[in-house]
Amino acid sequence: MTARVDRVALLAVPGLAYLAVIYALPLLMLLAKSIRTADGVSFGEYAAFFSDEYNMRVLWRTLRVAALTTVLALVIAYPTAFAMSRAKGPWLTVFLVAMVLPMSLGVVVKAFAWSILFRANGFLNSTLQWIGLTDGPVRMLFTETALVVGAANVFLPFMVLPIYAVVRQLDSRLPEAAASLGASPMFRFFNVTLPLTLPGVVAGSAFTFSMAISMYVIPSLIVGERQQTMSMLIARSFLYLRNEPLGSTISAVLLAIAIFVVVFSSWLARRLGARQ
Amino acid sequence: MTQTDRIFRALSWIVGLICVVFLMLPIVITVAASFTSSPVYTLPPPEWSLRWYASLERRSGLWDAVVLSLNLAFISTLISLVLGTLASIAVTRGNFRGREAVATFAVSPLMMPGLVVGVALLQFFREIGLRDAYFSLLLGHIVITLPFVMRTLLASMSAFDFSMIDAARTLGLSYPKAILKVLVPNLAPAYLTSGLFAFLASMDNYPISIFLTDARNKTLPIKMLQYLEEQPDPSLAAMSSGLILLAIVVLVFGARTVGLNRMIQG
Repeated sequence: MTARVDRVALLAVPGLAYLAVIYALPLLMLLAKSIRTADGVSFGEYAAFFSDEYNMRVLWRTLRVAALTTVLALVIAYPTAFAMSRAKGPWLTVFLVAMVLPMSLGVVVKAFAWSILFRANGFLNSTLQWIGLTDGPVRMLFTETALVVGAANVFLPFMVLPIYAVVRQLDSRLPEAAASLGASPMFRFFNVTLPLTLPGVVAGSAFTFSMAISMYVIPSLIVGERQQTMSMLIARSFLYLRNEPLGSTISAVLLAIAIFVVVFSSWLARRLGARQ
Repeated sequence: MTQTDRIFRALSWIVGLICVVFLMLPIVITVAASFTSSPVYTLPPPEWSLRWYASLERRSGLWDAVVLSLNLAFISTLISLVLGTLASIAVTRGNFRGREAVATFAVSPLMMPGLVVGVALLQFFREIGLRDAYFSLLLGHIVITLPFVMRTLLASMSAFDFSMIDAARTLGLSYPKAILKVLVPNLAPAYLTSGLFAFLASMDNYPISIFLTDARNKTLPIKMLQYLEEQPDPSLAAMSSGLILLAIVVLVFGARTVGLNRMIQG
């Protein structure tokens, strides 16, 4: 019996070995490179990075944009998941197609489509002026708001689908039971429905946030070089400046944030799972 | 149902519809822009025309990129499906410590910054003397596709009744055959879902690929961004509309065979 179980465990070896060599090892080597200098271990690059005011502004902007993107996506996705779980027939098809079809467009073309929409003489501005909301064109392209809207658009399916997965499994008798016991709708939402759907919210938010802190194509096309993000700094230092120590240091900082999000979200997911 | 319930319900439908419109907007823009007669992107198009579809014939660089991206996506997804099946069985059925950690590790590339993984791979391949761009890209794209496969297969295998495998073995099938003839067909929707998402993720990857390409091996997203910077004419919109049509064909096929909901949810 134990021999069979051990053989089953061995099936994980090819995939794990692959990821260990072609994913974990290269990342560890990158981390090592960021603290290794000619004369031993040094955190000088990090000290230089964190003492530079420009870098700190970029780091702060990256985190803020990612947080706002996650919040916007969540605000749209949460009610949508409930509408989806009640939708039937052609309505369900409409929702499902809207989730998957945009993925076939590709992030480059999608971000470019948004940059067309946000132009001063673009579609959104003409519409706003036609309705009479504004007199002249509003500056939208190259703003942080445009970036958050564009990014939320790209990542939205990855927020909706995990929440939809838990909402669909939600036992509708639970809120009903609470109602029959006299719980008000607000009380039911905050004490029954919301806690039961939190695992989906955590999964979707962690995924959206970690993709939003590392996005590169979307900010390049919507805000351009003037408002750098961490990923743009990395690309610039490797591809244009050829400054590898700087690039490795920024990469390590971004990597540390991403690892924290993975570890924290899986810890949170386990805790939520244990509670139920 | 109280008044508040009805308000909640109506609100979720309104937001849901806004969400659908919001998600479809870039597709509508792209398709509308592809039928313009104008050499620049203007909306709505001044006049309708098919000239940008006709122009695709002359964009051989774009076609080379499409072929390379399809090739990478197909092969890396296939390899990931094999590696992912084996590893998912081990995590679901195995009796060893750290199974949770193995699962988290295998899915983690999804959440790692793409550019950082790209840089790390570039430096690693340089260190071990791997210079072939196609092979580097393929190795990198397996890192992109494997976590998508693992995520879906792990979820669906935890609900799979493995005593069916034992039954098949009692009936004389070898373990690999039992997996292939019993497990895989039973989890067909999960394979379709994970394969689809992995394929699309590989097709759409920019940040890892940008560090691994050379002048002759440029994937589609890289070629597209370069094209937008050099000559932003609507032929790109025409090509994207073609890819959307291809995706619709795949979705219709999926909806007919396993149903859209199972296909998207695994």
